[in-house]
Parts: sequence; structure tokens; C-alpha cells
Amino acid sequence: MHPILKLVAQRLALGFLLLIAASVLIFAGTSILPGDVAQQILGQSATPEALENLRRELGLNEPALSRYFSWLGGILQGDLGTALTNGRDIAESLGTRLANTLFLAFWAALISVPLAIFLGLLAVRYKDRWPDKLISGVTLTTISIPEFMIGYVLIYWISIKFGWFSSVAIINDSMTLGQKLNAIAIPVMVLTLVVLAHMMRMTRAAILNVMQSAYIETAELKGMPMLRIIRKHAFPNAIAPIVNVVMINLAYLVVGVVVVEVVFAYPGMGQYLVDHVAKRDIPVVQACGLIFAAVYIGLNLVADIVSILANPRLRHPK
Amino acid sequence: MTEPLLKVRGLKIGATIYPPGEKARDIEIVHGVDFDLEPGKVLGLIGESGAGKSTIGLASMAYGRGGVEITGGSVEVNGRDVLQSGIRDIRRLRGAEVTYVSQSAAASFNPAKKIMEQVTEAAILQGKFTRAEAEQRAVTLFAKLGLPDPENIGQRYPHQVSGGQLQRCMTALALCPEPDLVVFDEPTTALDVTTQIDVLAAIKEAIRDTGVAALYITHDLAVVAQVSDHIMVLRMGDMVEYGTVDQIINQPREDYTRALVSVRSIEHEEKQPSPDPVLKVKGITARYKGTNFDVLKDVNVELHRGQTLAVVGESGSGKSTLARVITGLLPPSAGSITFDGRALTPDMPSRPIDDLRELQMIYQMADTAMNPRQTVGTIIGRPLEFYFGLRGAEKQKRIQELLDEIELGEGFQDRYPAELSGGQKQRVCIARALAAKPKLIICDEVTSALDPLVADGILKLLLDLQKIEDVAYLFITHDLATVRAIADSIAVMFQGEVVRYGPKSQVLSPPFDDYTDLLLSSVPEMRLGWLEEVIANRKMESAGN
Repeated sequence: MHPILKLVAQRLALGFLLLIAASVLIFAGTSILPGDVAQQILGQSATPEALENLRRELGLNEPALSRYFSWLGGILQGDLGTALTNGRDIAESLGTRLANTLFLAFWAALISVPLAIFLGLLAVRYKDRWPDKLISGVTLTTISIPEFMIGYVLIYWISIKFGWFSSVAIINDSMTLGQKLNAIAIPVMVLTLVVLAHMMRMTRAAILNVMQSAYIETAELKGMPMLRIIRKHAFPNAIAPIVNVVMINLAYLVVGVVVVEVVFAYPGMGQYLVDHVAKRDIPVVQACGLIFAAVYIGLNLVADIVSILANPRLRHPK
Repeated sequence: MTEPLLKVRGLKIGATIYPPGEKARDIEIVHGVDFDLEPGKVLGLIGESGAGKSTIGLASMAYGRGGVEITGGSVEVNGRDVLQSGIRDIRRLRGAEVTYVSQSAAASFNPAKKIMEQVTEAAILQGKFTRAEAEQRAVTLFAKLGLPDPENIGQRYPHQVSGGQLQRCMTALALCPEPDLVVFDEPTTALDVTTQIDVLAAIKEAIRDTGVAALYITHDLAVVAQVSDHIMVLRMGDMVEYGTVDQIINQPREDYTRALVSVRSIEHEEKQPSPDPVLKVKGITARYKGTNFDVLKDVNVELHRGQTLAVVGESGSGKSTLARVITGLLPPSAGSITFDGRALTPDMPSRPIDDLRELQMIYQMADTAMNPRQTVGTIIGRPLEFYFGLRGAEKQKRIQELLDEIELGEGFQDRYPAELSGGQKQRVCIARALAAKPKLIICDEVTSALDPLVADGILKLLLDLQKIEDVAYLFITHDLATVRAIADSIAVMFQGEVVRYGPKSQVLSPPFDDYTDLLLSSVPEMRLGWLEEVIANRKMESAGN
């Protein structure tokens, strides 16, 4: 078997194990949460008998282990369970929410990743000169400001003062792509500003590290222009660390956008999760947690595999 | 007289250094050097480390490595002063008119790109050739440089070819854009001696066939004598002597040049073996964990008290592994080791302290073998405390005795390793080994990282100490000149096996086995025409077979 296939298969198996471990943690974590769903649903004035009945109905009295395995078994068949609070199928309501979150993350990534890498390359080209300092300064500033703050500032200027884009990012299926993009323009800007610095700094550091290599000197002594050296000789050897940080930020775009979704009233996963945490709707929280874990593990798996593929020694064995 | 291709006048080069704990300061590393190089000629730049030879070579491309800066003088290539040129003109010069071959091709090739792409890059981007022409020329050069499968080798990645092949690819890279001048910076230094000779011959032929001029930088006078027309001897940034190869080798005018020419001429009378060997290695076979081949195969050698056994071989021959087995760092899978009449346990941690004390090691890199935060006194004093429990004045006295033995005087006790030269560091390591009063010292390539003259000093010191202390050396080296200088008996290793073993006089006299013959005939000799002779002999032999 080709050594790459073997490595990739190993990583995939490892990722699956990790996901199972995450499911245990999520289940255990939500099980020891204080509070009681039955109490929450029936309210303070409920009689002990009524509470007991509801608990039995919801299966809350079963031992934890059997509840875990029936939950896991359901998930493996695509059944995320039903929400305790409104009795609706979680997979169904989660589906549209997830699609919305991915839609937002996709456009944010499409702008921020190439921009961050380009700015990183530029910062290397003009290392320690004003373009480098300007890029570092601006991106570090935007990462340091809380994202809701950036959100409100952008709403104030772009939406209210100039009236270019909508301040509320509500989208639904009846909208055209153009309308949707108009709606999410400001959230995408906010997310881009938040993730830019991390990726750009890592690109800069990874490439500067490679620039110390003897083969960079060889390229310089061939009379190659600086930008070509960075692009053709340094970048291909810096892919692994860059991909890793890009993937972490992509995961953040999916998992960490709660605040931005709330600010812009965007109907994504984050808001869905926050709503149901407030209602102590454990099955929904568990389902969301598992999906977030899967996104993290999946993207890091991609980063791992890309790093493996980027290594010419593994790609082209002797 | 033809107009010189390269005309260097009053070249001064400086650098900013940052000594630890002190302010940065500027130093001058080349103090005004003049020379001319005519088209199609080869000038050898020779000197020890710190002589400024690489710096001068790179200055011809208007390049300063690290913090190095050209501070004065002029460097004219084809009549234009490159030091006065703008960055665009300098770029057109590099990779088109002047190209560079570095010491380590393995590091100088981009691991992520195919060889062909890198070899043709400059020629294409500088507008000298179209892609098709450049690739055609590269294939021709690959063939000329004796690379296997020249049509397809360019499609490989650097890690897919051997070190010697990659060094030839680097030469092809330099010659591809049809430059006027190639700077060869120690192109064969990192190669094994049997590989070096082939690469050297290939480079020489390529230079002759393409009519290119070259600056050939090396610390090895015997090598430079084979390829150059003229030689310039440099020392600490100054020119010592300039002349034709013949004059420099046969009638050197300066003392320093004479010392370089006569280096490695230590005479050492071989001692007769005594009846009781101090070290007996019997049937040792060893492999590293997780691998499935033996790096040592049934090795049998003996070493007598107060004598030197040289273990010689190329990289990968298993000579350092033998040292690891003897010291107990790698327990063997078969065989036994007897030391001073008693059996040694295979693994180091279970050996009694006297076995550890009587078997000491000296390493190739003295730099990394010492704690940079300890003074010389602490470094040498440690074994005195550990093995003999010496304290206070007694310890100080012994440290001073040891420092005297290694010919470092008063005042060295309080110095740190960073304040010592390479040769002095190695001397401190020798003193540290001697402090334990060992019966056997394993010397692993102890002179390989040193300049020839310094290495000579270390070898002389080791021989003197052997007489005084009656200590035996297991001397691991790839350098046959060192072997001649120091050994009483020799074991030649090849792919994990001892292929030839016996007293020095016997091992170094014919009839030879094939490998020893190849090894011996590959060591560069300091005379003109040696390279041609060897190559012609080999061609005849292979034709005869």
C-alpha cells in the first residue's frame, strides 16, 4: 500500500475514535448539569407525581449508560432525537440552521483565507518596513476588539450612515443569492476582521522560517525577484503550518460565531444552541455539541491530511 | 593580455557581530583583496575557516550572507562594477552571468520542486533560453556530468537522488544558463572520498568543455590543485600568496603556504602488538530498534594497550555504530566485548563505575559536547569529582596539570567554551576524557570539523599523550591521511563489515581488496595531474575487465 494511503487511513480512524470520545464527554457533561428538564417544562408548581410521570415518559430515569448507547445508536442512524421543549425532530430543525451557519462561514472563509495569505506574503516581502507594520498593526487591532463591538461599529457606519447593506442578517429560502449576500455582508466583514490576524501572522512566521533555508539563498543567487522567491520557493514549504492555522480558523467560523449571530439576529446554529441552553433542552444541546465537535475534528483532519500531502518525501517515496 | 572577466580591487568586507552580553560591533573580515580572473580560467581560493574565501566568492555576485556587507573596493564583472549596480542589474548578473554551486546541494535544492524545474529556472527567467531549449541543455549537462538516466532524472525530487548525484545536479544548475563565471563553494567537501573523486572529475570536465571561468573555493589544497590554473591563498581576510598551481604546490614562497602544503605529514612508527589486548570485540552483530537490517555484521577486532586502532570507512559503513556498541549505548544482538580481561555487560547503565571510567569518548563536535554555561575548569573538574572524589586544592592542582598536558596554559580554567577556538575546544574535550584516567578513549571523527593545521596539532597532541598516559585509542575516521598519521592497526569497514583488518603496514600495502583499493586511490594527493591519472587508471581497469 502507498505510505500516504496508510497514513491517511490512520488519521481517519483516529478522527473517528476522537469523535466517539467527544460524544462521551458531551453526554457526560450534559448529564451532570444542574437542573431538571421535567421541572423546567412543568414549572415550579408541578406536583411530584407529575414530575415523576414526565421523567419516566422522557426516559430520564434510565441508567446513564443505557441512555448514552441508545442516544449514540440513534445518532449513528441519523436520528438526533426530539427536542424536549417542542417535540420537534432535532435533525430537521438543525438542518436548516446548520446550512445557514455553513453559508455564512463559507463566504467569510472565501474572503478571509486568500486575503490573510496574501497579506502574510506581502508582510514577508516588506518585512520590518511600513507595509509589514501596517498590516500587523491593523490586523492585531481588529483581533483585539470584541467582535460584537466591531459588529455594532460596522452597523453604525456601513448600514446606518452609508446605507449600503442591511443591519439585520435574516435570511430565508425564498431569497435570491444576491439578497442573501446583501444580508450577510456585514457579518462576513466582522468575521473576516476577527480571523484575519491569526492566519496572516502564522503565514508570515511560517514563510519567514522557510526563508532562512539554503534553497532560498540559491534562488536569490539565481537572481529571482523577491515575490517570486516567496511564492514559488518559500510558500510550498510553509503550507503545513499555514493549513493548520487556517483550519482552526475555519472551525471557529462554524463553531464560534454565536456572538455574531446574536448581534445580527442570524438564524444559525449558534443562536439555536443558545436558545436551547436557556431552556435546558438537553438533547438539542447534545446534538449541537456533537456537530461542533465533528466540524472541529473534521477540519483538523483535513489539515493533517493536507500537511501529509504537502510533504514531497511522503508524496514521492524513493 | 585578454581583458579580465572578473577584476577585484581593494575588496573590503565587513560584518556586524553580536557577542553575548556585549554591544553589537562591526568587524572587518576581508581587508582589501585584489585579483583578476581571465575568461575560461579557474582560480582556486584556499584557506582555513574564517579566511574569508566564501565571502569573497559571494561578493563576486554582490551578495553578502547573513549580516555581511561589502564595505569597500570594486568588483568588476565583464567591465561593470557590480557593487555600483542597482538591484535590477544585480539580479540580471546573478543566475545569468555568474552562478553558484554550494557545499550542501541537499540543503540548496528546494525539497518541494522537481530537479528539472530548479535547474532550468534561472536560464528561462533570465531570458537566456526558452523552456524547451533550457531543458534540452539540462539533459545534455546531466549526461556530461555522468548522472544516470539523464533524460528522466530531472523529473525526480531532490530527496530521490543520492548526495553525490545532487551535487552534480547543482553543477548542472550552475552551468545551465551558460554563465561566464561559476563560483564553486566547497562543492565536494560534504561528500565521501570515493564519491568526491567522481564529482571532482565531472566538474573539471564540465568546466573544460563549456569554457566557463570558475572560482573554486576549498580548504583542501590537494583538491584545488586538481582543478585550478591559479591559486590564491587567504588567511584571516588577507591574501597570503598568489601563483600558478605549479608554483604554489612545488615552490611555495610563504611559510603559511608551506605549512598548508606539508600538512598531514606526521610520521608515526607502528608499534608491535602486545600479547594482552585491552579491547577484544568478538562477533558483534547489531541493528537499530525498529529496523530489519544489521548495521554491524560479525565484527571482530582487537586493540592493544597504548596503541591506536583506526576504524576507517565512509558514511553508513557502521563505524560510529561500533563505538555505540562498545560504549554500551546500543546493546548488540550477538557477540561479546572483552575489556581489560573482563567481559563488558552489553548495556551502559548496568556497567560498574570503573568500566565507565576506563572507557572514555571524544566527539566530532566539541561545541555540542560541552555545556556552554560551564567554565573549562568545571568541565574538566567534573570527572575528577565523580570518579575520584577530588575536592578543593587537590582538584585545582589536577585541573592545572591536565591543562598543561593539553598545552593550554594558566587562565583557561575560568573561560567559557564560547571563548575558545575550535582546536582549543577539542583540547578541553581531550583533557576531560584524560581526567578519568581511562585505558581506552574512543575518538569519533575528532579532527573532521577542524582546519587541517589545527587537526595536525590535535593529532600530535594525541600521540604525545598516548606515550605519557599509555592509553589506547579507537580512532574512528573517514580520512585516510589521518589514519596514516596515527594508527598502529587499521580496520576498514564497508556496509557494516570489516573488509580488511591488520597492522597498518599490512593494511596499507598491496595486494588490496577492491574496496580498500578504491578507497586508497580516491584520497586526493597533493600533486598536479593526480586526478587524470586515477581516472585513466580506472578506465583502463574497467576496460580490462
